[in-house]
Amino acid sequence: MTLLDFARGPAMQIAIIIFVAGILWRLVGVWALRQKKDLSEARQTGAWVGGLKGLFVHAWPYKPFVPKVGAQYIIGYIIHLGLFIVLIFGTPHMLFFADIVGFTWWTLPGGVITAVAVITTLALFVALIKRLVNPVQRLISNFDDYATWFVTTAPFVTGLITNMNMWPDYETGLAIHLLSVWLLLIYFPFGKLMHSFWFVVSRYTTGSRFARRGGMA
Amino acid sequence: MKEHDLTLGEELRRQGISRRSFLKFCAGVASSMAIPAAMVPAMADSLAQARRQPAIMMAYQECTGCLESLTRSFAPTLENLIFNFISLDFQHALQAAAGDQAVEAIKTSMKENWGKYLLLVDGSIPLNDDGIYSVSHGQSHLDSLRELGEGAAAIVSIGTCASFGGIGAASPNPTGAVGVDQIITDKPILNVPGCPPMPEVMTGVLTSFLAFGALPEVDSLKRPRAFFGDTIHDRCYRRTFYDQGKFADSFDDEGARNGWCLYKLGCKGPITHNACATLKFNEGVSWPIQSGHGCLGCSEPNFWDKEGFYKPLSAGQWGSAEGIAAAAAAGVALGAVSAVMSRRNQNKISGGK
Repeated sequence: MTLLDFARGPAMQIAIIIFVAGILWRLVGVWALRQKKDLSEARQTGAWVGGLKGLFVHAWPYKPFVPKVGAQYIIGYIIHLGLFIVLIFGTPHMLFFADIVGFTWWTLPGGVITAVAVITTLALFVALIKRLVNPVQRLISNFDDYATWFVTTAPFVTGLITNMNMWPDYETGLAIHLLSVWLLLIYFPFGKLMHSFWFVVSRYTTGSRFARRGGMA
Repeated sequence: MKEHDLTLGEELRRQGISRRSFLKFCAGVASSMAIPAAMVPAMADSLAQARRQPAIMMAYQECTGCLESLTRSFAPTLENLIFNFISLDFQHALQAAAGDQAVEAIKTSMKENWGKYLLLVDGSIPLNDDGIYSVSHGQSHLDSLRELGEGAAAIVSIGTCASFGGIGAASPNPTGAVGVDQIITDKPILNVPGCPPMPEVMTGVLTSFLAFGALPEVDSLKRPRAFFGDTIHDRCYRRTFYDQGKFADSFDDEGARNGWCLYKLGCKGPITHNACATLKFNEGVSWPIQSGHGCLGCSEPNFWDKEGFYKPLSAGQWGSAEGIAAAAAAGVALGAVSAVMSRRNQNKISGGK
């Protein structure tokens, strides 16, 4: 069995099993907890509207904070949108998902995907440098932050090297790229990458609670 | 004077072949093997001094496709190779002799050229049950290879079966088929895989062996780098469509008719090392991708068992979905148990309120 066969076969199966089991463990484990009762009297009805508003209001910082954290938001958007574009509209990636869902969709030319991946990778490095040079950010960072950065950046770097054919051997390069993605999947449920699921829940909860108490989302 | 005693130069002069024609031939072989042009005169001199190389070609567990391909070599042609450069002392499909007479030809060549002959092997070799699944003239091919390999100067494994086991070794591999280098480990071995291999690769490496007295530089799979250094994808004339994101979605859509990239249709070009994209088959007429079909990856080990020729390279090999369903169930159960334990803890802290 070659490294690529291992990456496409058993490694992928193990990674997906851990990913699925881990995600469901975290979701069910939190949702099945007893929810905190809000004993205060509702100051306005329709708290759920506030919850939905909360999803979008927090997508951009409160105006007075923009000069301080605006750049951080922009970097975050570049990383997340880049990840989305490369993952969904890169032809080899689409074919991976098409094999699961049974249908294909439109993809972007390889050059565009490469450009987006380069920009995203640069944004990831800028985010890391900002974390390292800002004393407060550095102080509140732990292993999870750096591990999350690593498992997110590795697929981009290995993917670019594979796409540009810079490995001595393409087959091994492709295998390393796949293995780096499986590493991300394995780490996903146990670290801060779970924000992909939690951000919706937490923004809704915060928004609806504030709204119930008569405040802003 | 015996045929084997004449140098190739003497033999060619005897046949009225000019030095100019001979140099042109050497330049052709050199360019196909990426040998620098400055080396051509030295190669020609070396070849002219060489004597016809005795060679024995054995067909084991095979389909004769490799020989079919070899007979279509054009630079040099097989006839040119056989009549001028090598003394092919045994090849059961090409020779007139059969039975005891043919076996005698092998014995004679082995005796006369012990330690000097080139052994060309076509087909895999079964190991299970002492190799009983592939036998010629009462001798298993396993024993035959061991016997012939002992007296060979070098071995060239022709085709994917002789190189890596090939189709004979495809899962579940009932005969325990393997390639030559898994049996013979103490001789120089060159693999020329492909199903079939490129004819010019076969004849090119033989000519190179005669000119330089050694097998050419090889990669980790013992394949000559000159021919197997690049992937099909790197050299494919459809590569530009891959880069532009233009793909054929089926074998009869607009993309297919426009000659766009076949990646979506399962082309294995990106992981396949071979020279098809540059040398092509049948005197440079065409090759699989030019005819509209994706590369099968036939010069790579286990190409038969990579879960479908038409499955895109980036698609995973799922096996069964049961594992994922079990994982989902285990995750839910684990989450429920965690929640129950946490609730108990909450009760303990809050005193049940």
